[in-house]
Amino acid sequence: MKFSYYLEKITGVEIYPLISLILFVVFFLGVTYMAFSASKESVDYMGNLPLDKKD
Amino acid sequence: MQLERFQYDNKIPRLFAIATVFWGAVGMLLGVVIAFQLVFPALNFDLSFLTYGRVRPVHTNAVIFAFVGNGIFTAIYYAIPRLLKASMWSSLLSKIHFWGWQLIIVLAAVTLLFGYTTGKEYAELEWPIDILITLIWVIFGINMFGTIFTRRERHLYVALWFFIASWVTVAMLHIVNSFEMPVNLLKSYSWYAGVQDALVQWWYGHNAVAFFLTTPYLGLMYYFLPKAADRPVYSYRLSIVHFWSLIFIYIWAGPHHLLYTALPDWAQSLGTVFSIMLILPSWGGMLNGLFTLRGAWDKVREDPVLKFFVVAVTCYGMSTFEGPMLSLKNVNAISHYSDWTVAHVHIGALGWNGFLTFGMMYWLIPKMYNTQLFSKKLASMHFWIGTLGIILYAIPMYWSAFRAYFMMKAFTPEGQLQYQFIDIVQTVVPFYFLRALGGTIFLVGVFVMIYNLIKTAKQGQFIEAETAEAAPLPKAFTVPKSYMWHGVIERKPILLLTLSLVMVAIGGIVELIPTFLVKSNVPTISAVKPYTPLELQGRDIYIREGCYNCHSQMIRPFRYEVVRYGDYSKSGEFVYDHPFQWGSKRTGPDLARVGGKYPDSWHFNHMLDPASVSPGTNMPRYPWLFDNVLDVSTTGSKIHAMRKMGVPYAESLESTGNEILQKQAEGIAENLKKDKIEIAADREIIALIAYLQKLGKDTRTSASK
Repeated sequence: MKFSYYLEKITGVEIYPLISLILFVVFFLGVTYMAFSASKESVDYMGNLPLDKKD
Repeated sequence: MQLERFQYDNKIPRLFAIATVFWGAVGMLLGVVIAFQLVFPALNFDLSFLTYGRVRPVHTNAVIFAFVGNGIFTAIYYAIPRLLKASMWSSLLSKIHFWGWQLIIVLAAVTLLFGYTTGKEYAELEWPIDILITLIWVIFGINMFGTIFTRRERHLYVALWFFIASWVTVAMLHIVNSFEMPVNLLKSYSWYAGVQDALVQWWYGHNAVAFFLTTPYLGLMYYFLPKAADRPVYSYRLSIVHFWSLIFIYIWAGPHHLLYTALPDWAQSLGTVFSIMLILPSWGGMLNGLFTLRGAWDKVREDPVLKFFVVAVTCYGMSTFEGPMLSLKNVNAISHYSDWTVAHVHIGALGWNGFLTFGMMYWLIPKMYNTQLFSKKLASMHFWIGTLGIILYAIPMYWSAFRAYFMMKAFTPEGQLQYQFIDIVQTVVPFYFLRALGGTIFLVGVFVMIYNLIKTAKQGQFIEAETAEAAPLPKAFTVPKSYMWHGVIERKPILLLTLSLVMVAIGGIVELIPTFLVKSNVPTISAVKPYTPLELQGRDIYIREGCYNCHSQMIRPFRYEVVRYGDYSKSGEFVYDHPFQWGSKRTGPDLARVGGKYPDSWHFNHMLDPASVSPGTNMPRYPWLFDNVLDVSTTGSKIHAMRKMGVPYAESLESTGNEILQKQAEGIAENLKKDKIEIAADREIIALIAYLQKLGKDTRTSASK
């Protein structure tokens, strides 16, 4: 029995990898946009949180 | 705003730090022991609780859950209060967490050594301990979120996101993978069978690597690396992208542990694609860590802490490059079941987890004892010893993997296999010896560290708690215009938790649900019959002795495997396997179709003294199987549990099971008598022989018809 047998047996299986890829790309672009649209001052503030420096 | 005074507790982080170092030494020592056992089988001492199959799970569990686990908690209990400007929410819960976790470790070590195991790698603990883990994990979560809710710093630093996501994902993985049907207090069967069990197990196994060994340690990196270098992380923006893409992608990659197996092809492909994508966030994180030290490399030369961190992060980069490569099917064909995988995980465990932990200890202990490190020179020495240990561990393993591969697939011009499996074993044993030396050297480094840390503690004064001051959070908060809208998530821990769970759940659902729907589609092979009562008992002995640590039961569709082991495995063959026993490493040959290959007497002699029938083998002896009387009191409840999970046993087999069992056992004893072997039919070895002779037999007899 070929492996592709199972593949054919799940209705619309080809949609799974497609959905996952699209989900990820959209999500990734969103996060990247979000990260790089942040202001320098808020990013600097966050980055310095573990350090004991007084702001 | 009135400033509030509060304390950062050091006692719990110190306890966890001691536990980390202690269990680290124990876990690594066990690793060295089993490494030498593979070279000198006599080191198994013919004692059940010292055999490789039982000690190896203790080694893996100790390193993952005791060494790295306590390392995570050290970092969390130290970093969280300081990042949130608040004391831990409840010092009682902290204590329960600490002692509960150590209790789990001790229970785990004892039960595993005495053969109580579920037979699922890295999730071997039996159900009462699984429940205890869940309880302690929840207590830890309550304490962590309690602290987050009473914080005085509105923003959650990126290290905290990693801790939160790790907490929620590990909870999800542990619960889903631990569905078991208890037979009695210390025995249970996996709820899932065969292909499904394999997929759930490796979805768990892979993500245990991801969310126990990686993401919490990234949190650790994002906190302690800037601390030690005294400068903020290279790019905080990159860390945001790193976090979200990593947790999103990681959860999908599990099936890459099952390439070329009977797992449906689409799931294999999904695993491969996401594994390749995983390079990007992983390397983003690695570069973020390394670039943090830009322009500070002079410090790295001086400071042992930074040296450890640099190599740790580099090893993270190497592992996360190698991982996706191993997910390519053609590379996986070589690496799967081989020592390559062992080398790969040890680059991660020794380099990434080990060195990051050591760096943290060298930074943390002097800090908590208000002193300087006792000897920088010894720490640098540890650094070089450790690095040498890793190299000497990894290189022989890579070498042996390739050597074994080329021997495994060599055919004579007449079309026959050129080498027997035992030839390959004998060629790789010297490499195992070198590996054991590498491990020993690494362990020596750990003892140098322990000495250095104790000396450091002795010369300093332990600070039980540090007092700090901060204003409470104002109730009303208006977001400054300049803040990014991601700030909304950063200020709302529950939203962060929920989003993380959604991220990881999507991957899990897409992967697992179709596989459960496949259940009705796994082509049933009518010849495949449930295990007889005796075979079922024998299978449980196989699981108890941890045979799966060295033997697979999954033949891949390659010529050199099919010729060596028999026809490649089909998913329909495993429908009654609770749990599946595909294995992940072939130190010995595959057993999927060993049934009927040898006479009963061969198995008898082989288990009594493997070298007598297979000279040069590194398999241990199992003399106790010939003395122990098979416990048949469990037969009924085992059959009952199996029936409840859908195994179609005949009506009332629960009551007649032992009669049938006895008859089959006597048959085998008769058979042995023909070969001049006298043994009582009630011994455990009889059941084990029954099980081994069943493997793959159903499908072979049907094919020959």
